[in-house]
Amino acid sequence: MTQQEKQTWFTKFNNQLHILGRITLGIGVILMLAAPFVIGVLLDAAPNLNGFLKGIARVAVIYVPVGIVEFLVYAPMLGAGGSYLSFITGNVTNLKIPCAMNARDIAKTEVGTPENEIISTLSVATSSLVTMLVLFVGVLLLVPLRPILENPVLTPAFDTVVPALFGALGLKYFSKAPKIAIVPLASMTLLCVLVPAAIPQTSILLIPAGGLALGIGYLLYKKGRI
Amino acid sequence: MDFLSQVNSLPIYLICGGVLLFIVIMCVVFLVKSYRAGLKIGMDPKVLKRAITSSATFTLLPSISILLGVIALGGTLGVPVSWLRLSVIGALQYELNVAEIAATSMGLSGLKLSEMNVSVFTTIMLVMTVGILSGVFCTLFGLKKYLGKVAAKPKSEEKKGRPGFGAYATIAMFVGLCSAYIGSYIGTFTSSGDFLPLTVALISAAVMGIFQYFTVKKKQAWLENFDVATSMIVGMAAAVLINLAI
Repeated sequence: MTQQEKQTWFTKFNNQLHILGRITLGIGVILMLAAPFVIGVLLDAAPNLNGFLKGIARVAVIYVPVGIVEFLVYAPMLGAGGSYLSFITGNVTNLKIPCAMNARDIAKTEVGTPENEIISTLSVATSSLVTMLVLFVGVLLLVPLRPILENPVLTPAFDTVVPALFGALGLKYFSKAPKIAIVPLASMTLLCVLVPAAIPQTSILLIPAGGLALGIGYLLYKKGRI
Repeated sequence: MDFLSQVNSLPIYLICGGVLLFIVIMCVVFLVKSYRAGLKIGMDPKVLKRAITSSATFTLLPSISILLGVIALGGTLGVPVSWLRLSVIGALQYELNVAEIAATSMGLSGLKLSEMNVSVFTTIMLVMTVGILSGVFCTLFGLKKYLGKVAAKPKSEEKKGRPGFGAYATIAMFVGLCSAYIGSYIGTFTSSGDFLPLTVALISAAVMGIFQYFTVKKKQAWLENFDVATSMIVGMAAAVLINLAI
């Protein structure tokens, strides 16, 4: 196969992959959206519209831009097949991208070539399957542990899962960018200490805190300080 | 039937398992099609196989970390939904943050098992699902056009070898999120005397500090796969011990 023939064949293959990707991704999204409603019917507790709208308004402000930026940055690295799989299986930044980069390094392919696209797709598909297999086996093993996990003694552990996460992430990200962290951390702490009524509204505070950190980060970046 | 028994029941496992089975099939189809395409354009089968095996081994440790996330989330949302959520779009950080936001939007004081009920549960699940769809919709409706544009555009060199602001934007976003949460734990302590959230955050931060020492200073990068999950589990275990002690 000449280089020209290879490129023509691969373009045709990629077009088919886009059709397949759109269909399967579309079905996947419908199934995922249906799950809460089906579970709602089963438990006789449909999702609450008012609560959903309040929640999604707060979530969307943060995660719609994040999702779009992730798409713009990572899609060219992953190619067509890798993107369709990565964006439905998640863990893009922390797992799929490094995994695909690693496979690409091992196969010594370059961005933009058909070989690279194929390696990326193989890598992301394998990575997704391995994760799902590990989780499946883990969940099977967890079933007999349910009585332990549901023991009321452990309730404080599960009630503090969010502080545990943000304590760990806080140290990780503050140490990565201490110059960005000082003002948002000090201002949010002062606000919550001086106005305790703001504490139950933490989900709203995330928006100005995120905006402030982004603004400071951008200024420091422009000045070459980070 | 209590809340956890309801959300851990067999039908919920089957619903979540059904959705995941479809995604498994999707991955297998893409894997087989790409493998055959690789052979067709003359790639060495050894290279293709090595890409598969290296990706499988690369993924093992992070997957175990994701499994620890299922345990952490499973105590509040049940195992099957945590299993589904951590197998599809998103990551532990996203799922927990969104579940917390959704829980407080429903009038709960936080994502707390003691305050959960099935109506809040299905609403949280829907918010978690819809909130992360922006990247998926971009892929669904814009991927083909976007990749075509990127391929047609000549590659520009990074200025002075410096990464773009995008590299710092994610860090800044997380710094903001963590600042708001940690500020609220300090405020909770000073206003109501409830020291548990702040103490748990400090303990998991201390464990993360130990991980940072080994990953950054001692160059043990593989430990990074476990830093968040282990720090969280130590912090959560401390909450149990503190509760038993007081």
